[in-house]
Amino acid sequence: MIRDITIGQYYPADSRIHKLDPRVKIVCTLLYLISLFTFKSILGYVLATVFLFGCIKLSKVPFKFIVRGLKPIVILLLITVGFNLFLTPGGETLVHVGFIKITEYGLSTAVYMAIRLIYLIMGSSLMTLTTTPNSLTDGLEKLLNPLNKLHVPVHEISMMMSIALRFIPILLEETDKIMKAQIARGADMESGNLIQKAKAMIPILVPLFVSAFRRANDLAMAMEARCYRGGDGRTKMKPLIYKSTDHVAYLITILYVVAAFVVGRYVPFKLWIF
Amino acid sequence: MSIKLEHINYVYSEGTAYEKHALKDVSLEIPHGEFVGIIGHTGSGKSTLIQHLNGLIKATSGALYYNGENIYGENYNLRELRNQVGLVFQYPEHQLFEVNVLQDVCFGPKNQGLSPEECEKRAREALQLVGLKEKYYDHSPFDLSGGQKRRAAIAGVLAMRPKVLVLDEPTAGLDPKGRDEILDQIAYLHEKADMTVILVSHSMEDIAKYVDRIIVMNKGSVMFNDVPKKVFAHYKELESVGLAAPQVTYIMHALKEKGMDVPTDATTIEEAADGIMKALKKERAAK
Repeated sequence: MIRDITIGQYYPADSRIHKLDPRVKIVCTLLYLISLFTFKSILGYVLATVFLFGCIKLSKVPFKFIVRGLKPIVILLLITVGFNLFLTPGGETLVHVGFIKITEYGLSTAVYMAIRLIYLIMGSSLMTLTTTPNSLTDGLEKLLNPLNKLHVPVHEISMMMSIALRFIPILLEETDKIMKAQIARGADMESGNLIQKAKAMIPILVPLFVSAFRRANDLAMAMEARCYRGGDGRTKMKPLIYKSTDHVAYLITILYVVAAFVVGRYVPFKLWIF
Repeated sequence: MSIKLEHINYVYSEGTAYEKHALKDVSLEIPHGEFVGIIGHTGSGKSTLIQHLNGLIKATSGALYYNGENIYGENYNLRELRNQVGLVFQYPEHQLFEVNVLQDVCFGPKNQGLSPEECEKRAREALQLVGLKEKYYDHSPFDLSGGQKRRAAIAGVLAMRPKVLVLDEPTAGLDPKGRDEILDQIAYLHEKADMTVILVSHSMEDIAKYVDRIIVMNKGSVMFNDVPKKVFAHYKELESVGLAAPQVTYIMHALKEKGMDVPTDATTIEEAADGIMKALKKERAAK
């Protein structure tokens, strides 16, 4: 059900990737995502595959967890592939039945687009699977710190993000509990038309909102009781400091990006590519 | 109206990093009309267990029979089962949602497809049973006090007239007075409405007074399943799993050790007082 969404679901394990500084993981994931869209030859894809699967192997996260993140984008993937496959002109025509026409370019664009999208999700899933939401927002806060000079409330934004992330599992659990309680009182959520189904949600949504507000109120109170007053002058118990492994990780990623860029663009290894 | 569990196993989040074997080979039988207490430490599987009783959770393996019918059978009507087995969750007041108390209590009967008049009749009856005053019926459930909310929520399940009433820690977070009132009312219901009652708690004191039988859960398995006196005789073992026998058990054992001839199987304060009085009289007579 709702549990299938991998983003924001931490997989606890003891690996080199898990131990990296969150900033490294954010920056390297971003670089990796950008690199996916630079190459124009198949060698680039080979490199990206090696890099991605190497990281997955290092992270000790079971492969099926990373694939699980793909489920929500299956439809998007199908639409993209379909559009590219049928609507890209150019090259030799491979299939021509009625109004359906698949060209050589169409086929290669569709395949590469699919690979890119899949790697995109897998790459970002790997980051969220190996980083707790809290350290992720910590890393973001530190990375965006320069924006403070432009009067962007970086700390407040990251605090809101980490609270929102923290609340996701709590509210999921709460929803589950309320749903069960109402089903136990005979609520029927499956049958009926759309309006009846929407109405059947009321006994769940009302208590859920009430509990969300109550929790938010309690949390605000608890924060105030501990003298929280925003980011000014606030220090960290565990400040983020780069270690040597973090520098190595940066180096490897940069090497990969340069290699992918150069190989993908300038090495003339053509195999039905646009 | 018996409930019979046969070798029930339940595993949470099977095949993930968070996999947890919550119930291990649980076999139980709860005959009609019994008042059963389920006791266990936090995480012992008691809440998971009771959610099996009305089919909210399907066992990973094993079978559950209600009145001899397997509820995991293909054509079994789970909704009908839920009409018969009323389940009051922990903190049931968190499920209140209607504009006023009466309508909230009507939610259950309405789902059973009863006429509005019949719904209201049953709702009023249920509210009376839990002892909520009539002046609150048209209040918003969110304006009630904690104890009143709890009563309204329990009434919401009672209004469905279940044959079996399962309550998950109905007294959690209530003051001693509210706790006693609710437990007394449950005991009253058990007697008057001929209901099977299954009461989950982690406090021996709470249930020792009321139940016919205690089921002690530990790490997903049934540890003891016997009448209170016999279960409390194992008070040392209970302690080792983070539970405790009622305080009177300790007092009686301590008195016995000091050489006083008292029954060590007393479970309630009244019984204990009785036993001590008798022992004192005997001692005096001997002198």
